[in-house]
Amino acid sequence: MREVLEGSQAVARTVARCRPGVVCAYPISPQTHIVEALSVMARTGELRDCEYVNVESEFSAMSVSIGASAAGSRAYTATASQGLLYMAEAVYNAAGMGLPIVMTVANRAVGAPINIWNDHSDAMAMRDSGWLQLYAADNQEAADLHVIAFAAAEELGIPAMVCMDGFVLTHATDVLELATQEQIDGFLPPYSPTQVLDIDRPTTIGTMAGPESFTETKYLQHLRFLDAADVVEAWSDRFTEAFGREAGGLAVRYDPDTLDRDRSAPPAGAEDLVVVAMGSVIGTLQEAIAPMRAEGLPVRLVGISAYRPFPREALKAALGESRHIVVIDRALELGSGGVLTGCVGRALAGTGSRIHSVVAGLGGRPILEGSLRDVIARALAGEQRGLEFLDLKTGGVPVPPVGATEVAR
Amino acid sequence: MSTVHIPFLQTGTLAVGGRLLDDAERSVQSQADRPSSLTRGHRACQGCAEALAARWVMDTAVEAADGRLVVANATGCLEVFSTLYPESAWKPPWIHSLFANAAAVATGIASSLHAQGRDDVRVLAQGGDGGTVDIGLAAVSGMFERNDDVLYVCYDNQGYMNTGVQRSSATPPSARTATTPAVGRQPGAPQGTGKSMVKIAMAHEIPYVASATVADLRDLEAKVRTAMSIHGARYLHVLVPCPLGWGSSSSESISLSRAAVQSGIFPVVEARAGELTDVQRIRERMDVEAYLRPQARFAHLFKPGGEDALNRWRALAEANIRRYDLLGGRP
Amino acid sequence: MTQIRIHGRGGQGVVTAAEMLARAGFLAGHEVQAIPSFGSERTGAPVVAYCRFADVPLRTREPVLEPDVVLVQDPTLLGPAQPFAGVRPGGLVIVNTTEDAPWVREHAGDGEVDATVVTVPATRISLDTVGLPKPSAAMLGAYAGRADHVTLAAVQQVFRDRFPGRVGEANATAAAVAYAHVRGEPDPRIVPSAEVSHA
Repeated sequence: MREVLEGSQAVARTVARCRPGVVCAYPISPQTHIVEALSVMARTGELRDCEYVNVESEFSAMSVSIGASAAGSRAYTATASQGLLYMAEAVYNAAGMGLPIVMTVANRAVGAPINIWNDHSDAMAMRDSGWLQLYAADNQEAADLHVIAFAAAEELGIPAMVCMDGFVLTHATDVLELATQEQIDGFLPPYSPTQVLDIDRPTTIGTMAGPESFTETKYLQHLRFLDAADVVEAWSDRFTEAFGREAGGLAVRYDPDTLDRDRSAPPAGAEDLVVVAMGSVIGTLQEAIAPMRAEGLPVRLVGISAYRPFPREALKAALGESRHIVVIDRALELGSGGVLTGCVGRALAGTGSRIHSVVAGLGGRPILEGSLRDVIARALAGEQRGLEFLDLKTGGVPVPPVGATEVAR
Repeated sequence: MSTVHIPFLQTGTLAVGGRLLDDAERSVQSQADRPSSLTRGHRACQGCAEALAARWVMDTAVEAADGRLVVANATGCLEVFSTLYPESAWKPPWIHSLFANAAAVATGIASSLHAQGRDDVRVLAQGGDGGTVDIGLAAVSGMFERNDDVLYVCYDNQGYMNTGVQRSSATPPSARTATTPAVGRQPGAPQGTGKSMVKIAMAHEIPYVASATVADLRDLEAKVRTAMSIHGARYLHVLVPCPLGWGSSSSESISLSRAAVQSGIFPVVEARAGELTDVQRIRERMDVEAYLRPQARFAHLFKPGGEDALNRWRALAEANIRRYDLLGGRP
Repeated sequence: MTQIRIHGRGGQGVVTAAEMLARAGFLAGHEVQAIPSFGSERTGAPVVAYCRFADVPLRTREPVLEPDVVLVQDPTLLGPAQPFAGVRPGGLVIVNTTEDAPWVREHAGDGEVDATVVTVPATRISLDTVGLPKPSAAMLGAYAGRADHVTLAAVQQVFRDRFPGRVGEANATAAAVAYAHVRGEPDPRIVPSAEVSHA
């Protein structure tokens, strides 16, 4: 059934239909609507056989999730920004212990200066924590990705973050079709953890590993992470077959002309400039690029859905013969450039590709179709520099307009 | 079950032999089929009171839970000496996550068990003073405030012994540590600092708070049993001398614990819902010197210039004796 | 595609208005999208929200820069919020005020913009019907009265769905009163007594 829903509500309902045993969270904008909705469902009984735990910090939210997961429950939490960094130690710990917790990250900038709006700095700070990171292009995918995340995380014994742009997606209302309870029950296998704190088969979890075994432990974690790309792709394919719509995957392809998502779209050609991006800017790019294609300009779009594991092979396959890339990046590696750009560059090492980094939308700066078209046109004309900040106002920090939340530039 | 009151005082202590008691009154440790939850092969130092306390606490809790106990452990000596991969000295299901989060991990386990309908399985969290009083305090306080069904045990050796004896907020005044050296005008840990976790726990008005020492293991056992008979958040604070950190002989951990109690320095109490309900009286009053002198960390108190600090210790003991009526009205 | 921008203050239900408008648009057969432009949650702070209607699924995430319709829920924002900014030629600006259109143009400081200005005393209508200064339903009712993207019935329906019972009915009444007001029709609350029985 297609219905009008806020992104956070869609995520909360889908998570509830995945039947978590423990949901634990600490409020932080823009994650709040998700956990508020889940707490309501836990009270009304819509979320059955589930404990909703209000804790005193994000650090404890992840720690409770660790305990719950280790005790045999499907565990879920959500956070953003400072909250993700506040729980950082436990984020790494969950991955090291192989606990398949699923966490929504309502992507938000990291201060100072304090800023509650969207960019990808928070999740990027956790890029090497050993979690899967799946990015939603829109609210339909944000909801659907949670089903895939639970399935892939539990098969792999690797926790998963579902990253959705704060406010831009979490607080936006769209026409969506949610996976029903029956569909999810038929799709998502019951939680059957590989290691549990079981009184009948006692086990010790979380031992100390010395220099003689730590490297091997990390190597095994690395090998498991290499498996993750196939597992994420397989669950995404199964999702498409079961639900009749694409979600997740590794590198996402788009029809050259309609710009609609299409996994059978051909790879880019040698003459094409390819725009690579991640998250909700994909939608704006679809609208920005379609008219350029109609004018005959050789521009293609490739999305990154799984940022971790980074889909090197899938990305190269989607890029095809193209050696000219513009990466739209929502996080900045200070002194270097876009964070995603660095990953794309490493994946394309030795291919002789020209890669431009466009840092856009930091701290909630709206990304405009016109600005994207402008930067793409300049790249096509060979006028674009290696690193650019989209719509950067020169001459110091601008004074905001009187009163309102900033509307446009 | 409350404390077993044993009339035999022939050794001058409460350490009467279990063979003189009925089976039901005997210590868990005196039984042939004792759980041995913390079993042999661990790497604790000689004379480690934490290992001794943890074994008694855990065995009693395992027995009280009818074998259905899950344990969350904070980072620290206890974790490091018991679980060096690929070995483990723990028999119950046991998890170590981080330094500061044992209480929250335990909440997660308890929540999961509740969601699974396994309310018969009990949850115990444990850590040292660093993981409880300092870095883990927020998580402990959160667990208390929510009244989660967890027994939290703090083994207080009064410092960061695992990392080489640095000061914690449970380190007493004057104590020499690696970060409060016995030099300068006020040698050792600063005066007037340190916090009482027992009072902090009581302020949360949780169902049960108690303190204990390894000098009276039957009392420790009884308190664990009492705690296990109650649901909700419970807190047990155990003083555990550390020969390495305190600069004491490994044979003195029990006698130092006894001196701490008998001098009034460490009150052994019980509280329910924030109200003090029981206090262990001083049986044979000792001067604070009996507690302080055997410890090298206090050696500077017994050198010229140490008198003021020593007098402050006596004042501290007097204050405790007054506050908790440790002499029970006796002079 | 029709693009709508809503100005108001925290606590007036600006974000709710955008979401309700999207819901009403969906009932009217459109693809819809509502995007709040959020700040911290402070009562009284200026808030902007956007809504789009289209015949194809909406993909863009950029804010509405050139609205076809602007709703101003608080007349004190006419100056600072620049509600006429970017309005498409021939657009529609609906302002919650007891004053008239020339007053609005004067206070908006943008009197030359090619747009139809409509005023509606939405706060007064809300106080009379809902009992609270929550002008959203009245504003959307006024919108339905002056544009064909949404119908009054759809606006009333979404408020009844969201607030079942008395509150939903009161909001539906507010929408109907505002709808009639902007069309110069009689107040629907003043009806012949014979019709009241089955109302």
